[in-house]
Amino acid sequence: MTAEWYVVLSALLFAVGAMGILLRRSPIVILLCLELMLNAGNLALVAFSRMVGNEQGQIFALVVMVVAACEVVVGLGLIVAIFRRKLPLDVDELRELRG
Amino acid sequence: MTATSWAWLVLLFPLLGSIVVSLGFRAIPARVAGAIGVLSIGLAFACAIGALLNLLGEDAGARHHASSLWDYASAAGLDIELGIFVDQLSAFMMLVVTGVSTLIHLYSFGYMKSDEGYHRFFSYLNFFVFSMLLLVLAGNFVLLIVGWAFVGFASYALISFWYRRKTATKAGMKAFVINVVGDIGLVLAAFLIFRELGSFDYGVVFAKAPHVFERGEWSVTAICLLLMVGAFAKSAQIPFHTWLPDAMEGPTPVSSLIHAATMVTAGVYLIARTHVLFYLAPTAADIAAFVGLATLLIAGTIAIAMTDLKRAIAYSTMSQIGYMIMGVSIGAYSAGLFHLMTHACFKALLFMAAGSFISAMANIQDIDRMSGFWKAMRFTSVLFVIGGLALAAFPLTSGFFSKDSILSFASTRGGIYEWMSIGGYVGAFLTAIYTFRLIFRVLPGKPCKEAQELIDTGHLYHGPPVNPATGEEEDADVGFPGPTHHIAEQSWPMAVAMAGLGFGALFAGLIQVPGVDNVLFGFLDPAFADSPLSAIEPTVSHEWTGLGIGAVVSVIGIALTWLIWVARPQLPALFRERLRPVYLLCLDKWYFDEAIDLLVTRPALAIGRFANSAFERLVVDGLVSGTADTVRGAGGLVRLVQSGFVRSYALLLLAGFAGLALYFLLSAS
Amino acid sequence: MEAVLFFLAAIGALGGAIGVVAMRNPFYGVLSLVVHLFSLAVLFLLLTAAFLAAAQVVVYAGAIVVLYVFVAAYVGGDAESAWEPIPGQRFLAPLVGIALFVELAIAVLASSLRALGTDGPDVAAGFGDPAAIGTLLLEKFLIPFEASSILLLLAAVGAVVLASRKRVADDR
Repeated sequence: MTAEWYVVLSALLFAVGAMGILLRRSPIVILLCLELMLNAGNLALVAFSRMVGNEQGQIFALVVMVVAACEVVVGLGLIVAIFRRKLPLDVDELRELRG
Repeated sequence: MTATSWAWLVLLFPLLGSIVVSLGFRAIPARVAGAIGVLSIGLAFACAIGALLNLLGEDAGARHHASSLWDYASAAGLDIELGIFVDQLSAFMMLVVTGVSTLIHLYSFGYMKSDEGYHRFFSYLNFFVFSMLLLVLAGNFVLLIVGWAFVGFASYALISFWYRRKTATKAGMKAFVINVVGDIGLVLAAFLIFRELGSFDYGVVFAKAPHVFERGEWSVTAICLLLMVGAFAKSAQIPFHTWLPDAMEGPTPVSSLIHAATMVTAGVYLIARTHVLFYLAPTAADIAAFVGLATLLIAGTIAIAMTDLKRAIAYSTMSQIGYMIMGVSIGAYSAGLFHLMTHACFKALLFMAAGSFISAMANIQDIDRMSGFWKAMRFTSVLFVIGGLALAAFPLTSGFFSKDSILSFASTRGGIYEWMSIGGYVGAFLTAIYTFRLIFRVLPGKPCKEAQELIDTGHLYHGPPVNPATGEEEDADVGFPGPTHHIAEQSWPMAVAMAGLGFGALFAGLIQVPGVDNVLFGFLDPAFADSPLSAIEPTVSHEWTGLGIGAVVSVIGIALTWLIWVARPQLPALFRERLRPVYLLCLDKWYFDEAIDLLVTRPALAIGRFANSAFERLVVDGLVSGTADTVRGAGGLVRLVQSGFVRSYALLLLAGFAGLALYFLLSAS
Repeated sequence: MEAVLFFLAAIGALGGAIGVVAMRNPFYGVLSLVVHLFSLAVLFLLLTAAFLAAAQVVVYAGAIVVLYVFVAAYVGGDAESAWEPIPGQRFLAPLVGIALFVELAIAVLASSLRALGTDGPDVAAGFGDPAAIGTLLLEKFLIPFEASSILLLLAAVGAVVLASRKRVADDR
């Protein structure tokens, strides 16, 4: 399979993840969709790395994984903190920062 | 000590006196404050004499010095220094101002004795003398304007000295507003001078002007017309004169110092100082001369109808200054200044004597109620007559020689100026009439009740304090005149001052008798040597002819007045009936106040009201509030984006990215 | 053979993704994500990125998903209400998604990068091996490696701060 397939697949996964962020209201699900987008990016990186012929893309993807991990950690910590304060776990209800 | 060092001292002493008295008014007792006031001006006079002696020790051609303390502004082509200019003209003015001021301060020492605002009076009076000296000593137009403005302020402060009197404060404001109109003219003239000649300094301006301007060019004519506006407002010439009679609301020493001897002569000084420019603008000079002539005659006619003693003398001042303005405008510089000096003496003396009479009348100023003071107050009456003789140019008094020096120059110059000479003699006739009308009303006859009380008891008549103009009741606390009044017979400072001025009024003219001596003109003429007009010199025989005519006019005027007011007392009433329109015209001051009210005040008020209601409300508020509302509205619209919904933010983000990608795809294809 | 595997893995990935988006219960969403991640690991293997595939399984499907499971179990998840407070969101979101996909696809397919249309160069046997990755990490990409470690430290500290009970008790 040529790289095009992989990259188009990655674009599709990215779009699905984006739609999920826009449509879902639970913070956990939004974070999950964020993971989808990050993984789509990883897929594209690895595909390009294979096409170029060196592993630099894979290193990039590894670092992206690290970042995703950190982000999940902090995000889930936030969700736990919100839950502890008995606030509704609904992104539309948490809108104090409005003009 | 150089002349300029003496001049700086002359400036310093009155300023110090003013500051010391004003700052120490709680600590310094009243008499000491008065003494400080008198002493500071006395020292200034001594220093002025020092400057004069210094100048006399030099060559006639080299008697001009400039000196500056520091650079005031030096940027963008401006180079203004805090500088003075001492030459014959400024030395002369210094002497006149400080000399007469010393005597008037001495007079005030006695006259204002029981007034609650004694300290304030001397502080203001000293500040006025400082400002006037600053004006005459200024070496550039900027400092001249500073002195001009200060003098205007001092005049305002002193006119409304009895500040709880409504009429006084109104008069002060009127004087100040009209003075400011003059200031505008002066400042605009200074701007034009700077624009055309590039400097404010007298030396530079007067040296460059003949080379930059053609004779009769519009720019120098405009400058001179604007200077004239300033001069006329300050010197109470028509049409800017309406403030001077109202200014009589101030205490009598103020009237005698500011509105007779010094401030009102500032216009004359200005024209004399800028004579180089006036020579280059003959049209403007002629207009000035005609205005002087008109004022001379009109003020003379009004003075004949006035019944308020001080206002009558005020119109006389206006008329005499008309002589001076006419003189310096046609080129009789030294003659005009000669008349300035003698006028300062006899007019100040007349005011002082008037003050003494008014004190005896418990502040009533109406001559209809005064009579018989010759028996009651001999000293004041004698000096009043001396002043009157000098004013009416009776032979051999100072006014006789000074007035005729102007008129003989006018007739020597010939042509149209011959008419000015004739007008001047008509004016002299009027002067004799109105002066001796006052004398013959107040002095002879059966003593009025106030005079009778003075003769019987030796004490002054004591009436309830009232406003002499409106008759409303007052008290004697601060802001109104003090409870006791002082006359020259009972107050030695007043008597000494009046005697000094009386001496000047009688004998000051003897320094310039045609053909006999030439002290004054010999001193002053070199200052005006750069004007071709100073080459016109009347011959001695011409002068004596003029003096003869003047003597005849004066004596006939006095005799006529005696006839009408003493010998046939029923005549004045008869004239009033027969010539009623003329009488009313004079009594109502030729309707100048009404004209200014109609032409200037009412339109200005209407414009103000319109501006406030319509323009301010619609345009200015509209613009300002409109801008604010627009911004607020726009902000409100923009704020709608900040909904607080994360998902809508995400939508905007992704949609924006999609749009951008679309743009790049399209542009790459 | 490769094509078959590719399509299977692609369908798995896509299915998992749609499952994450569509499942009401977040717990089911997490499980969907696991399917997605495994499919992605297969795709990585197909692209001769062996180490990355292993890392994907161990880190992502192993650690991160476990985190999600913990939090989802702790927090629970209510059904989301049907009413949409933001006007137009339900309509615009799919639109934006589709637009994004189309544009990205066009950008890829119509690009002038010729390598995309090929199978790629012949690579040596150790391409994508842990040894190769390790060498790169410690030689050429040492600084990003160190930076990522610092980032992990920060994240750990942040998590402790966010979730500490004592602070919550003080705030009450």
